Amino acid sequence: MSEPTSSEYVAESPAREAWRMYRRNLPAVAGAVILLAIVAATLYGSFFYAGDPFDIVWAPHEMPGVEPGFPLGTDYLGRDILAGLLTGGAPTLTVGLAAAAITMVIGVALGALAGYYGGWVDTLLMRVTEFFQVLPALLFAMVLVTLFSPSIWTIAAAIGVVSWPQTARLTRAEFLKIKELEYVTAARAIGARNKRIIWKVILPNAAAPLIVSATLTIGVAILFEAGLSFLGLGDPNQMSWGLMIGANREYILDAWWPVTFPGLAIFLTVFAVSLIGDGLNDAFNPKLRER
Amino acid sequence: MSFSFLIRRLAYGLVLMLGVVVLNFLLIRLAPGDPAVVIAGEMGGATEEMLQSIRAEYGLDQPVLTQLWIYISNVAQGDLGQSYFFNQPVASLIGQRLGPTILLVLVAQLLSILLGVFLGVIAARKPNGPLSAFVSVFSTLGYAVPVFWTGIMLIILFASTFPIFPVEGMASVRLRDAAWYVRGLDVIHHLVLPAFTLAIIYLAQYARLSRASMMEVLGSDYIRTARAKGAGERSVLFRHALRNAALPILTVAGLQFGNLISGSLLVETVYNWPGMGRLAFDSILRRDYPTIMGGAVLCLCHGGGGQYPHRSELSAGRSAAAGPGMSGIRTTGPRRRGAAAAGQEGANPLCAPGGGAFTPGIFQARKRAG
Repeated sequence: MSEPTSSEYVAESPAREAWRMYRRNLPAVAGAVILLAIVAATLYGSFFYAGDPFDIVWAPHEMPGVEPGFPLGTDYLGRDILAGLLTGGAPTLTVGLAAAAITMVIGVALGALAGYYGGWVDTLLMRVTEFFQVLPALLFAMVLVTLFSPSIWTIAAAIGVVSWPQTARLTRAEFLKIKELEYVTAARAIGARNKRIIWKVILPNAAAPLIVSATLTIGVAILFEAGLSFLGLGDPNQMSWGLMIGANREYILDAWWPVTFPGLAIFLTVFAVSLIGDGLNDAFNPKLRER
Repeated sequence: MSFSFLIRRLAYGLVLMLGVVVLNFLLIRLAPGDPAVVIAGEMGGATEEMLQSIRAEYGLDQPVLTQLWIYISNVAQGDLGQSYFFNQPVASLIGQRLGPTILLVLVAQLLSILLGVFLGVIAARKPNGPLSAFVSVFSTLGYAVPVFWTGIMLIILFASTFPIFPVEGMASVRLRDAAWYVRGLDVIHHLVLPAFTLAIIYLAQYARLSRASMMEVLGSDYIRTARAKGAGERSVLFRHALRNAALPILTVAGLQFGNLISGSLLVETVYNWPGMGRLAFDSILRRDYPTIMGGAVLCLCHGGGGQYPHRSELSAGRSAAAGPGMSGIRTTGPRRRGAAAAGQEGANPLCAPGGGAFTPGIFQARKRAG
């Protein structure tokens, strides 16, 4: 596809225009590449580098780069750190995605209802939202996870349950703004029902900020999951980056590498996700780019 | 803020607290696992008779609704119950731990606002300069680093390579009998690393926010007027511009407080800081329900009282107090865009994090955990 020149300008669909803007944004593309690489390593890494991350395979605290079989060294029990890194990404990424999905479903549904209907529906739903917002998020998530025995899905659900209020507020704000616009009045004038106006008219037009918000929510959820596993509240039968840091915390003065590499992995993932989020934001909203 | 507004807020805060107390209570009571067994486990096992007497002692043999009523009426009298694990009143337990957490969170908050706003203000002068680029990069990095990992990295750095700051606890044992000012200095010495660790993320956010907000304000007419009448650069930046750019910063500062408390839970664990975060962590692991519930009720006293519901009103009041002339100029000031703006929510601008469109940097769902 060739770029349209100014003389033969054709109208672009918003999605295509956003993609064109995104492609030009170097940090955003870099973020996407980093994230793809991390996902690929998590999915396919074990084909190329076999090994159970829980197996004790070598002497404890082997320095990285000394023993060719264990390029990133071993931890305090003599477990292979590279194997842990490759398998430890899966729960983190899954929880991140699942928690963001739960957050978006609850947040968008409640925010849309509150913003569209207003009145007592709005008051009631916003009070509920505030109720969840004042609960200290990490503490509440910890309690939930402890109560319902930790697994990937309970952790994702707990993170989703504590993080939706902000999405609900964002959705509500978008709906408050859009429902006053003329095309909504037009849709109502031709007889569209409330349900149709909410899902087919307003929501698609509120999609851009919600997509950006969903991306950033993934990053937040990944940090949440890492924090919970670090505190020992993750799934104990599943190697994860947070668990690796938490387990090796006592020995950091003897060996820096068992905590450094998983931390870098978490950092790179969240960094990539937030670059993508910022890139999407700029792409959907080119007027802000001058800042 | 009128008197009736305050009354309404307070009443609402009370209802909110009651709701959380009930939710906490139900969640914990409906959970699998018998607390009496947990308590007995801490004492090294027990017979069925001992379990019975434990249940009677803690009121666990009553019907759930009776237990709820007893708990609520006790809380109303300031009695948060008896800790299962520490075997002392929850209120006094929290009393011991509250001070260190408040100290940590306040210092971190101050540090991040002062440094962050300063960086942001300087960066806003040259939007395309190196410092601006640094602020952008730093705020993205600061957002992505897990706070507990930063803490561990700093411990590694300062425990062996540069042993100038203590990396654990809040006070040195050997200074226990020293004069008060020596002990005070010792606490400050211990505070450096935890406070800095906690401040890093928020510092980045304040820098980015105040840069955006300042750039908006610096383009307005009254700044040109200030320059035209010959005001110095420092006076223009800090007296004329910053006061008008402060509203979103103050709003976020109010919001961040809750997030700081979540963050301090992790930082306290890393640095063995004897605060509320560690207490909550210990009691969750040990299913010490009265302590967990007491902690949750307390967290609400900070948030539920009225900070969250209509922050914009509160921070409008706060920022009106921050500088004379400010609120007047603000209302006629230019419409804000972008990260500093968020003001799309009809009558309630700046109401929420993510209160408006396209504000990924600061206002959106960036509730930090790790």
